[in-house]
Amino acid sequence: MNDTEPLLRVSGLRTWYPIQQGLMQRTVGWVQAATDVGFTIAPGETLALVGESGCGKSTVGRSILRLEQPQEGEVLFEGRDLLALDADAVRAVRQRIQIIFQDPMASLDPRMRIRDQIAEGMQSFGIGADEGERTDRVAALLERVQLDAAAMDRYPHEFSGVQRQRICIARALAVEPRLIVCDESVSALDVSIQAQILNLLRELQDEFGLSYLFITHDLSVVKYLAHEVAVMYLGEIVEQGPTERIFEAPAHPYTQGLLAAIPSIDPTRRGAAPPVLGDVPSPSNPPPGCHFHTRCNRVMDRCRAEAPTLVSIEGGASRCFLSAEGEGG
Amino acid sequence: MTALLEVRGLRTAFPSASGPLPVVDGVSFDLNRGEVLALVGESGSGKSMSALSAMRLVPKPGRVVAGSVKLDGEELLDLPVTEMRKVRGGRMGMIFQEPMTCLNPVVRVGTQVIEAIQLHEPVSTADARARALELFAEVGIPDPDQRLDAYPHQLSGGLKQRVMIAMALSTRPEILIADEPTTALDVTVQAQILSLLRDLQQRLDAAILLITHDLGIVNELADRVAVMYAGRLVEVADREALLSDPRHPYTQGLLRSIPALATPGEPLPEIAGVVPSPEQWPAGCRFSTRCPKRIERCAADFPEETAPGEGRRVWCHVQDAPATGEGA
Repeated sequence: MNDTEPLLRVSGLRTWYPIQQGLMQRTVGWVQAATDVGFTIAPGETLALVGESGCGKSTVGRSILRLEQPQEGEVLFEGRDLLALDADAVRAVRQRIQIIFQDPMASLDPRMRIRDQIAEGMQSFGIGADEGERTDRVAALLERVQLDAAAMDRYPHEFSGVQRQRICIARALAVEPRLIVCDESVSALDVSIQAQILNLLRELQDEFGLSYLFITHDLSVVKYLAHEVAVMYLGEIVEQGPTERIFEAPAHPYTQGLLAAIPSIDPTRRGAAPPVLGDVPSPSNPPPGCHFHTRCNRVMDRCRAEAPTLVSIEGGASRCFLSAEGEGG
Repeated sequence: MTALLEVRGLRTAFPSASGPLPVVDGVSFDLNRGEVLALVGESGSGKSMSALSAMRLVPKPGRVVAGSVKLDGEELLDLPVTEMRKVRGGRMGMIFQEPMTCLNPVVRVGTQVIEAIQLHEPVSTADARARALELFAEVGIPDPDQRLDAYPHQLSGGLKQRVMIAMALSTRPEILIADEPTTALDVTVQAQILSLLRDLQQRLDAAILLITHDLGIVNELADRVAVMYAGRLVEVADREALLSDPRHPYTQGLLRSIPALATPGEPLPEIAGVVPSPEQWPAGCRFSTRCPKRIERCAADFPEETAPGEGRRVWCHVQDAPATGEGA
């Protein structure tokens, strides 16, 4: 991958939310949502950002789109640092980076016809010469996401959840993006329906050379869709690497636990002890040393005092002293 | 021997402009003593509504319009409301997906458990508190003494779920009804709660009616599985038989579309279309509009129940022979 320039290169990203109190709204602490986050996404590839609630994965997605304001870091997209752009320039970039959320109803305007919602972005980014041309394109997009072109004259409430998600995908595609951030985009769907959307996303990737930043808590979806995986825990990336390596030889104890915690449907396997104990601590007060040490089954004295850095391992990187000593996994 | 809970011909409907709209449409199953029966299905299958119907907790204006629900031979659907209330939270305990639906946010969790105990048994507050403490320890709440005085918002999602389980167990129920008990939890916490439920079930020898959409959870907890689709049962079988050799095309499709099992580089097997809403249920087999194996009669006649093996019930005109090798 070294010979191709990545489409997106995030480095040293830090997004913390102030905790404010009192009349003067004094900042008394920080929710450390994302700290020193870095990764790259190649053209036409998918990076999955995975982790449990509160790990900061959605914050990272939103920071890239400048829906949050990071304090530090660099987000290089097509060679430009998005964090250095002014508001107008950010708007222009949003043509190239689209986002699809978990709940399509919340991101569609209930009072607007489907045609107008899809054409809105095209118009503001100057795609299509006139109304007629844009309408033709809306029809083609709806058919591409396996909906009837006649859907354009209807309103969001007339569709099922999965149809609305298809509409959101069509709307994202309408402005010819290169990167789509999918934030838990299939998490609310039933499994038989989820398969339809996952297949569609993959077809569209091949067809348009799209890159995806796929944010999810569900590792089985990741396995199907992602080329690369970054695992987050309490605001930090704890492990990253190619999907196959992550699933076959996870290095970080948290990744190992996360994978082992997925209930298997193999009827000969059940009843395993829970691999990770306790709950995720609060991101406003992460444990000192390694953030994961309070739940790690391989914790050492050192982990309680000293924070491990992300070190290169074969097939990626891991933020663990065991990996640094070359005995991970 | 009769089953602990015997559900027969259960029908539940909601009024609509075009007449009563069924959501559960003729469901029959047994829950035996000490067993875990999973009711599985996608949204709109009627799995939760079946359990709510059995507990007589169908939200208004819906109501049970036909059928029978017997607990130890006693008809629950005819019971006076006050008696039914004693059965719920007495012989039947409940766990929901979202603990905050049953925890009061402004009352200390210990007080809530103590009240639940005293509601069903005339014991002193001191005794009830001691019992609550035991229950907290039993469900694996660390520092149970301090946690009794906590408010729900001070507890993590996993701990709230444990409090709810403690409350459900407070009257030593014979049946625990668990509706998506881990769906709102992170996967590492889910594994802990599943392990807890498995331990408790074995220790207390309680029967569990588990409602879930997740076949992985079915595998972890269930002894038997009943698969529902559009208000009806389509297949009932032992866990192992169902997962290794599903007979109904819907069960087969459900298992195949799990992304973790996908063959690398190949599209994920889909079930085409969407679950029809009750207004659109087809006349014959409910799955006929999406079934890859449908034949002409599927659209017209609802399939009768067949028993192709021990403990297995299947409702399908075109069942597979046992070894087609397609189930994998």
